[in-house]
Amino acid sequence: MPFAYWTPRRIWLLVGYAAAVSALLCAPLYLNDFRLNLLAKFLALAVAALGLDLIWGYTGILSLGHGVFFGLGAYAMAMHLKLAASGGKLPDFMSWSGLTKLPWFWRPFESPAFAMLAGVLLPVALALLLGWFTFRNRIKGVYFTILTQALVIITTTLFVGQQAYTGGTNGITGYSTLFGFKLADPQTKVWLYLLTAVVLFAAFALCRYLTGSRFGRVLRAIRDGENRARFIGYNPALYQMTAFCVSAGLAGLAGMLFVLHVGIISPSMMGIVPSIEMVLWVAIGGRGTLIGAVLGAVLMNGAKSVLSETYPELWTLLIGLLFVAVVVFMPRGLAGIAGLPAALRRRRERTDESDGVGTENGLGNAAGAEAGGAEGVRHSAV
Amino acid sequence: MRPAQKPGARKVSDILRCEAVVVDFDGFKALQGMNLTLRQGELRFLIGPNGAGKTTLLDVICGKVKPASGRVLFRGEIDLTRKREHRIAELGIGRKFQAPSIFPSLTVREHLEIAMRQNRSVFATLTARMSSEDEDRMAAQLKMIGLEAKAGRLAGSLSHGEKQWLEIGMMLMQEPDVLLLDEPAAGMTDRETEKTGILLREIARRQSVIVVEHDMEFVRNFASAVTVMHEGRLLAEGSVDEVQNDERVMEVYLGRRRDADADRSTA
Repeated sequence: MPFAYWTPRRIWLLVGYAAAVSALLCAPLYLNDFRLNLLAKFLALAVAALGLDLIWGYTGILSLGHGVFFGLGAYAMAMHLKLAASGGKLPDFMSWSGLTKLPWFWRPFESPAFAMLAGVLLPVALALLLGWFTFRNRIKGVYFTILTQALVIITTTLFVGQQAYTGGTNGITGYSTLFGFKLADPQTKVWLYLLTAVVLFAAFALCRYLTGSRFGRVLRAIRDGENRARFIGYNPALYQMTAFCVSAGLAGLAGMLFVLHVGIISPSMMGIVPSIEMVLWVAIGGRGTLIGAVLGAVLMNGAKSVLSETYPELWTLLIGLLFVAVVVFMPRGLAGIAGLPAALRRRRERTDESDGVGTENGLGNAAGAEAGGAEGVRHSAV
Repeated sequence: MRPAQKPGARKVSDILRCEAVVVDFDGFKALQGMNLTLRQGELRFLIGPNGAGKTTLLDVICGKVKPASGRVLFRGEIDLTRKREHRIAELGIGRKFQAPSIFPSLTVREHLEIAMRQNRSVFATLTARMSSEDEDRMAAQLKMIGLEAKAGRLAGSLSHGEKQWLEIGMMLMQEPDVLLLDEPAAGMTDRETEKTGILLREIARRQSVIVVEHDMEFVRNFASAVTVMHEGRLLAEGSVDEVQNDERVMEVYLGRRRDADADRSTA
């Protein structure tokens, strides 16, 4: 069974992917400009969700600080766009704040290549720094999560406070061109949409490779039983750091694309609420499955924009209820629904064999498996 | 008490040597100067009453517990007490804990794949491919532990005995030079226990093994050399017969047993 490559399941998966890819690539043909722009934004956010799923779903580390990585990517892009729009003059908010000269760290962002590199590498560097001090010292679980929250607070406070350099609460907005193309031009918007779709496919393929490789199996092993993995000879800290850095890089990439579609980035878009929202997309879509993360991000944001057009105050209430419902009734999220028949079949087979032990993991799901994993750790810690 | 080993008397065939190991858990001395020498290819059973420090000794060897003083020399030169757990594992020391600790969301095959002796750096696992040689080894191992038919199953769904076997299979895939097993036959049926014992002997042909065991029947059947621990120290060492006829051992065991009986009768 594990040796057969072209299983029916694999063929159906491929058909599904092909359909999804073509539907997304053809979207400019059947969506109006407004909807296409929204979809582009959602696809950008899905890139961030993929990254979060990699560290949370596959490695078992909950980060509530991905808004920062997302924000760093977004600000890097925004700085370039702002400089391009200012046409050699000082950006407007700087002169309002009394600056007379462009700060030194803004200067390299005149180069689009530098800005794009920085948009990925800055989040990666920050993740590496945080990971270095936490994972190596075996800080994990809720303590790590709290640290990531602290990171968000520090960063947003810094960005709000340094108005002259960051645009403060208003953030950075007022862009005109990218590589000389007008951002407002519908044609440019279509290209940017397609670029975002392609980046999402590439990010998906990357995560697929990572999680499908032996590296991915070691990540899951670390999630299930960090100590056990250590006694096989793996250094969990290095694996966690790698996953965290890739995850942060993807969030930065998402931020860059987001700015191109939305035309503004401000501290409130990288704060605590957006950071938690990202986690909700992954939870509701189905953590530990890549397609779940993408679906979660797109559907949740789709629902958000539809609902908040009509009932703006209802949205937060609904998202809270939905989260509770998913956690209680569908621990595998939306992606779990697709796997339900197979899981039930497996469970039935298992009870037929009447071995009776270990059926608590019958759904074979990430959440359930993790509960078992935690148990394993507890045993080995005794 | 056996005299401490003379520093100059190092034998080349010693693969592991614990010297005066002291472990202090907030004032409770779990090990109080424990000495142990394991020869290449030896199958050593570690017995002793509860709280004698047997598991703690294994913990020290594999790096889980850092001793307050003393040394653990691997191959006569590498001091394991200064290494981190994953480094010790990479050096060739495998550990199986008492409770089966497998990865519930990995399949049986995946367990063997990641346990297999290999370069364990991030880059290596990112690019790792299964060679046909690896496949053969894996298949042979699956057969040995009797989980061929369940290779694609999630390990979380295995029975207790199967989990224990899977762990032993993982250890063998690691190809460690020294295996540390904590009550490998606990919770197994008589037949499974028998099979485990035979497997241990097989392993000891190429590798050195330390087994912590409570089941004296099992020890009698399979042990060649036995080390008895008591209150964090070495009490006696020798063949099963020698140890069983040792007065101090009898006192420790029978004394305990009498106490236990007394407890039971008063309860």
